[in-house]
Amino acid sequence: MDTRSAHALVRFGLGRRGAESYPADPAAWLLGQLTDADSPRIDPAPTTESGLAALREDRANRPKPGESRARALFVSQATGELAHALTTSTPFRERLVWFWTNHFTVSLRRGECTAIACAFIEEAIRPHVTGSFADMLMAVMRHPAMLMYLDNARSMGPSSPTGARAGAGLNENLARECLELHTVSPAAGYTQADVTSLARILTGWSIELRGESPGFLFRPRSHEPGVHTVMGRVFPPGEEGGIAALRFLAGHPATHRFLATKLLRHFVADDPAADDIRQIEGALRDSHGDLAAAAAALVGLDSAWHPGGKLRTPQDFMIAAIRCLDLPDGRRPNLIGVLAGLGQPFLTAPAPNGWPDVATDWAAPEAILRRIDWANGFAGRLGSRDPMEIAETGLGPLLRPATRDAMGLAASRRDAFTLLLASPEFQRR
Amino acid sequence: MIVSRRTTLLGLAVTLTSGHLTTGQTSLALAAAANEQRFVVVILRGALDGMAAVVPHGDPGLTALRGNPPEGLLDLGGFYGLHPALTNLHAMFKDGELLPIHAVAGPYRVRSHFEAQDYLESGSDHRMISGWLNRVVAAMEPPRTSGALAVGVSVPLLLRGPALVDNWAPHGMAEPSPDLYAAIAALNKADMVTGPAIETGLRERGFSARALSGQTGEKNRNAFPALAAAAGTMLRAADGPRIAALELGGWDTHSAQTGRLNGPLTQLDEGLAALKTALGSTWKQTAVLVMTEFGRTARMNGTGGTDHGTGGIAFVLGGTIAGGRVQADWPGLGPGRLLEDRDLAPTTDLRSVAKGLLSHHLGLGSAAQEQVFPGSGGVAPMQGLVRA
Repeated sequence: MDTRSAHALVRFGLGRRGAESYPADPAAWLLGQLTDADSPRIDPAPTTESGLAALREDRANRPKPGESRARALFVSQATGELAHALTTSTPFRERLVWFWTNHFTVSLRRGECTAIACAFIEEAIRPHVTGSFADMLMAVMRHPAMLMYLDNARSMGPSSPTGARAGAGLNENLARECLELHTVSPAAGYTQADVTSLARILTGWSIELRGESPGFLFRPRSHEPGVHTVMGRVFPPGEEGGIAALRFLAGHPATHRFLATKLLRHFVADDPAADDIRQIEGALRDSHGDLAAAAAALVGLDSAWHPGGKLRTPQDFMIAAIRCLDLPDGRRPNLIGVLAGLGQPFLTAPAPNGWPDVATDWAAPEAILRRIDWANGFAGRLGSRDPMEIAETGLGPLLRPATRDAMGLAASRRDAFTLLLASPEFQRR
Repeated sequence: MIVSRRTTLLGLAVTLTSGHLTTGQTSLALAAAANEQRFVVVILRGALDGMAAVVPHGDPGLTALRGNPPEGLLDLGGFYGLHPALTNLHAMFKDGELLPIHAVAGPYRVRSHFEAQDYLESGSDHRMISGWLNRVVAAMEPPRTSGALAVGVSVPLLLRGPALVDNWAPHGMAEPSPDLYAAIAALNKADMVTGPAIETGLRERGFSARALSGQTGEKNRNAFPALAAAAGTMLRAADGPRIAALELGGWDTHSAQTGRLNGPLTQLDEGLAALKTALGSTWKQTAVLVMTEFGRTARMNGTGGTDHGTGGIAFVLGGTIAGGRVQADWPGLGPGRLLEDRDLAPTTDLRSVAKGLLSHHLGLGSAAQEQVFPGSGGVAPMQGLVRA
């Protein structure tokens, strides 16, 4: 069996699920996922509408901690998101969903996002992972979860009718992170004036909590009047000005370079090679920001096919471990709880720059020991299955002789399986 | 006598669950539950060296195999000495509640941990889909409504099967045994990322100091003493389980055995003491069987350890146990006495120990015993384990 087939399942996927068949042509298998539909979801898809209804209800009822509808909704939806990753037959798509979700971080650190954080993935990210970056950026910037998380819902033009009457003003948070983290990055050399100007452009981009269809609402009376300049471009007033500004930023060469670097850092290497960055950047430029083209270009890189190199995040690790045993629903651990214990609570990144994507940030001694401790507990679910067979099935040619030997010397089946999960190769993707 | 009383009172306890009892009857039922027998099985995974736990220092052949007996052995009546780490067990021995049974083995002779543990737990010469302790629960009359209890993060094969089994573990992580940590550290040693992280992490957790002093997981809610105490609390409860299984690893001492046994033996000793304490007055209705998949070689190997062997030790203990003595048909260690010139020769079938407890502690008849241990008709229940 071709090492590339096993590698494709790990590098671009979520680890082999049980004894699922290896792709005969790994590159074709990956490229096929970029045009396939997403594998069907089991649970009903989360929506902003139902999430905002739960938020409204909580605000009215002031439930005790642990009894909020928003939290209950999140737990069931987040478990659904993770469970989808356990069974999906398009794992490359799922990895792209995770990558872009982290690129456009919203976090439960802002509590009011809780009920709509999963809807954010389904509405703003998933539909666009093989579409245009500009469309994804637009969906993200208009999504209530992002407008809440980065405070834009409460930003008002100081000279707008509402702002002038209330004496309220700008909140630059979303505009700043849009430039710094979502699009051009500081490498583009924008100034504080550009940040303020974009913030003015985005005033009025807000949320309707009540009414027939709660969700995004442009509030003209909060919008700062006048034309505004960002990075030398002049944009007209009104909602259209914001749309034009975001399209300009999405297509900026600095954005392409920044996205190329992040994609490579996620999928290929902590320190991507300059040549590789140019390749992916070129794919984005030539396709006018087509994310499927960028993903296909990653698959086409020689460097993407060198095994090892990337340390799995806790989320990748947990999902790969459970896929490896292919545990059915009902016999799985509490997915949300495990991630919290492993230091990567789901959709709860500490800051808007999201979870880190390099090994040094995940390889703190206690963090690695927690993985091992979890693996030791999880290994109890092996039952009386043969750990050696699971190892050969799960990793195939990626399994190292040293790991096979150590497993052979283990004092119990369970210890042997713990050793597999704690081996250097299982920690890699 | 015991059986008939149990049957009557269990009938009341079952009525309790139907919810039609007055207060007076409830207290009767609770009293009934308090009189039910408790049975706990502890699996020592990795093969405890029986000759290190219960040292046959009275056998003149011992020195040739293992050198002089260690200092500080706790006396078990002259011929045998208990490992110095087992102080709580020694107190139970003096109180007549601990009965070590030496030169024990299951009937199936394999030297693979995995296979031997399967046989030990399934109670059969082939890997069954249920464990013998689960079949004990299924055989109990009247049928149990409160299930059996697996303490720890998973249900061992021993307790898997058709009968209802609860599984309890504290929240949080379950630290691997020191041996497994060491194997994981070795496997990652050459890795530039995980190698230093694991080494530093273990050092920061005081791993080596604790492992050497036998204090592994002093503050660990998942450590064996904490699990055993929790099991005792649940077993004591009027509506709680009556059967429980616990596991403890760290016994595969292929090298430097003298130092490495201190930790797990201390855990075992403290755990069994914690179990007794938590059971309170119900300890008087309790029997505990401590068993391991096989013994270890009679001779020390070249690295101060022992390899996979045959005959070994089992402990039975509890308020119903007729202890205070060592039970063994001692095979001897002299020339020509060892099995294949390497292992302590087994003289007692572990199934006869288990069947002795099923028969005299739980009151199971011979048909039920045959269900629990298929094909064991020729193995008689050991007599005299339980106080008359």
